[in-house]
Amino acid sequence: MLLLLRHGWVVAACLFALAFPPVATWLGQDFYIGVASRVLIWALLASSLNLLVGMGGMVSMGHAAFFGIGAYVVGIVAMDAPQWSGMPIALPLAMLITGALALAIGAICLRTRGVYFIMITLAFAQMLFYIFISLKSYGGDDGMQLAERSPLGGFDMSNDTVFYYLVLAILALSLLILARLRDSRFGRVLLGIKDNEARMASLGYATYRFKLTTFVIAGALGGLAGALMANQNGFISPNMLHWDQSGTTLVMIILGGLGSLWGGLAGATIFIVLEESLSAATPHWQIALGLILLGVVFFAPKGIAGLFARKPR
Amino acid sequence: MTWILILEQCLNSLQFGLMLFLLVAGLTLIFGIMDLINLAHGSLYMIGAYLVATFAKASDSFLLAVLLGLAATAVIGMVIEALVLRGLYKRDHLSQVLATFGLILIANETTRAIWGVQPLSLNVPQALSGSVELLPGLHYSAFRLAIIVVGLAVAALLYFVVVRTRVGMLVRAGASNRKMATAMGTNIKWLFTAVFGAGAALCALAGAMLGPLLVVQVGMGENILILAFVTVVIGGIGSMRGAFIGALLVGVVDTFGRAFVPTLLRTGLSPSLADAAGPSLAAIAIYLLMVIVLFWKPQGLFPAGS
Amino acid sequence: MNATLLETRALCKRFGGLVATDSVSLSVRRGECHALIGPNGAGKTTLIGQLSGSLRPDAGAVHFDGRDVTRLDAPRRAKLGFARSFQITSILNEFSVLENVSVARQAVSGSSFRFWRRVADETTLATEAMAVLRQVGLEGLASRHARGLSHGEHRQLEIALALATQPQLMLLDEPMAGMGPDESERMVQLISGLKGRYTILLVEHDMDAVFRLADRISVLVAGRIIATGTVDEIRANAEVKSAYLGEEATN
Repeated sequence: MLLLLRHGWVVAACLFALAFPPVATWLGQDFYIGVASRVLIWALLASSLNLLVGMGGMVSMGHAAFFGIGAYVVGIVAMDAPQWSGMPIALPLAMLITGALALAIGAICLRTRGVYFIMITLAFAQMLFYIFISLKSYGGDDGMQLAERSPLGGFDMSNDTVFYYLVLAILALSLLILARLRDSRFGRVLLGIKDNEARMASLGYATYRFKLTTFVIAGALGGLAGALMANQNGFISPNMLHWDQSGTTLVMIILGGLGSLWGGLAGATIFIVLEESLSAATPHWQIALGLILLGVVFFAPKGIAGLFARKPR
Repeated sequence: MTWILILEQCLNSLQFGLMLFLLVAGLTLIFGIMDLINLAHGSLYMIGAYLVATFAKASDSFLLAVLLGLAATAVIGMVIEALVLRGLYKRDHLSQVLATFGLILIANETTRAIWGVQPLSLNVPQALSGSVELLPGLHYSAFRLAIIVVGLAVAALLYFVVVRTRVGMLVRAGASNRKMATAMGTNIKWLFTAVFGAGAALCALAGAMLGPLLVVQVGMGENILILAFVTVVIGGIGSMRGAFIGALLVGVVDTFGRAFVPTLLRTGLSPSLADAAGPSLAAIAIYLLMVIVLFWKPQGLFPAGS
Repeated sequence: MNATLLETRALCKRFGGLVATDSVSLSVRRGECHALIGPNGAGKTTLIGQLSGSLRPDAGAVHFDGRDVTRLDAPRRAKLGFARSFQITSILNEFSVLENVSVARQAVSGSSFRFWRRVADETTLATEAMAVLRQVGLEGLASRHARGLSHGEHRQLEIALALATQPQLMLLDEPMAGMGPDESERMVQLISGLKGRYTILLVEHDMDAVFRLADRISVLVAGRIIATGTVDEIRANAEVKSAYLGEEATN
């Protein structure tokens, strides 16, 4: 019972998430179901980056690459190999391809440290961005349309509510996996590497392998988010790979709580709420966002979830 | 005909590389001395270009506009350093990335608020609007030639200051051994503010010189920032020599890549494939260069302290 | 089984113009406590780094149990039986004391590429970690945040981490650094208890401790080994006295 109370707000969030579509429909605000799906997909993307940055200590400015490529997998398959465009194939395929790409990119980037690592991840993502801009057959910088959402068995994916519950289920499963990973042997080693890599190496841990594995898992989950976003929006754009996107995702996790399990979800929600309310208040809302970001960095570096974190014993 | 083309591209490479060097010089020193990753460096370039364009319209004198723009941007840079960046020196890289990302948002939107979304026009000064015949058959824009001259002059000046003055020695010492720099106490703080101001002025100069050739618009900073980062990585953090050679290398690869890769591909591949792959390969040539350099030398070509 | 566990052959390391390690040939016998002494700046930590695998030498070789390990990095050497304590405390600050040692135990107890099961459920790791803590006297602080320990307790944790992997060779880099007389005495007792069971290379400035613990001593000055011998031999060595011990004796 005490456990339930302490995690009260988690329970509340779950109930809210489950009840959202019927309530929205009842209030005549169907439009917001799509918005909510987007928030959940951002939450998945941010959670995948939080694994890499928050738990792994690897500050990547190129994570958007996996997001964008996951989306393009869905788009390209729908165009060139429609027999594979069903959800059960398209989604794992997106994860497979982005995971493999993460393996290749990570293998190179992880040979570098600190500032070099940040810049080389940024550069790789931009490289891929420019490649996709120049691919005229897949829309170039205009992007490409997705005629219909990837089909899934007997479900009507074009129905926003049905799609919302699919996204919710995938997010819940991903968070479960991330939670178990955090408490596992692997998770503990990763946190140790983030804390003191030299010490971990001297204990016998091949730190490069752990970091690369994390990079791949994060990349694959990012790709999954991208594939879902392609389905949600019906549109894939090279801007999904732009470093602006990487930066925005980092903003989400700092708002929501770096390294915390719920940081991605909290951050995505806070960001969307901020964006909506600020842009309604003034056309120059980005100045406000920038100032808020500075404020968070200087005064609340652990983000919102950090306020709820257990104090160290 | 082809020799002329190649020579022309050499000059273009030199011109682009030197301007890139102006941006990178400040960036690499701040990286090297303070271990600060500053995403907003490109914003200073943008602010410089906007200010020079505005002063040029108001005063009808390109030279005066450049001088005013340099001074104004240097001041803005120093204010940003004192207010925001100083608090980031001791922080982790993620905090620096986020804070400077916030600065970009503020800078871009403020610029939009003041000058609107339409690009500004910055014209080549009258005196330099013609072309010079360097060799029989080789006509080169006088303005681009001026850029090369200015770039070389500034590079020489920087070399003199960094290598032959006491201030420069302190800066280099700090770049190769940060602990020593921080142990030197409070005087160092103002030295870094000054270095940052100088870096901001260099950005403004690059913005002023490239403004007439490229477009003066919001977002111009981010485009060139990536190139600057790649150059820093290739050249090696904290090293002026690395910045110079890296910038020239990037200038050459990018210019020659864009000019010749599509044509080269067309000789070997089918026209449709060449047309598809050409522009992409040209655009990513620099990144491939970066990957190759990092494979061979993970710290860049000439890291400080080597 | 070699009588010599660790051996270096003409090890060299330069940093720019500075020669940190000048053709060092050192050998540590199995089961002995071998002390490495020398003035500040002699290059002791640089040498330890090359022995543990965190620094690559420019020339020369490191042999462990007859095998050339020069090309192996720190994790691989750790797997072979190296353990190290750091001169400047290097622990996992965000973990508890017990978790610190538990992570060390985990490194030698099977694969860590396990993603689902909770590591907190592995009671064996916790039990083994507690045993190590008992050895160094930190069992009372098991659940405390590592960051909050006193300096002396940090140094004890360093030793615990070195012990936890059940190494063959312990490289202890100034374990008594910054300790007062009581704490130093406890540390000497602790290391004394490890003698014989582990081969120890001990870097230390505290001459009392060195003379009590060492079987043999090597003296490093300006990157070169100027003498190796038993405690008595080194105390009697004129060159060592003038280069190093002379200052210590008059202090």
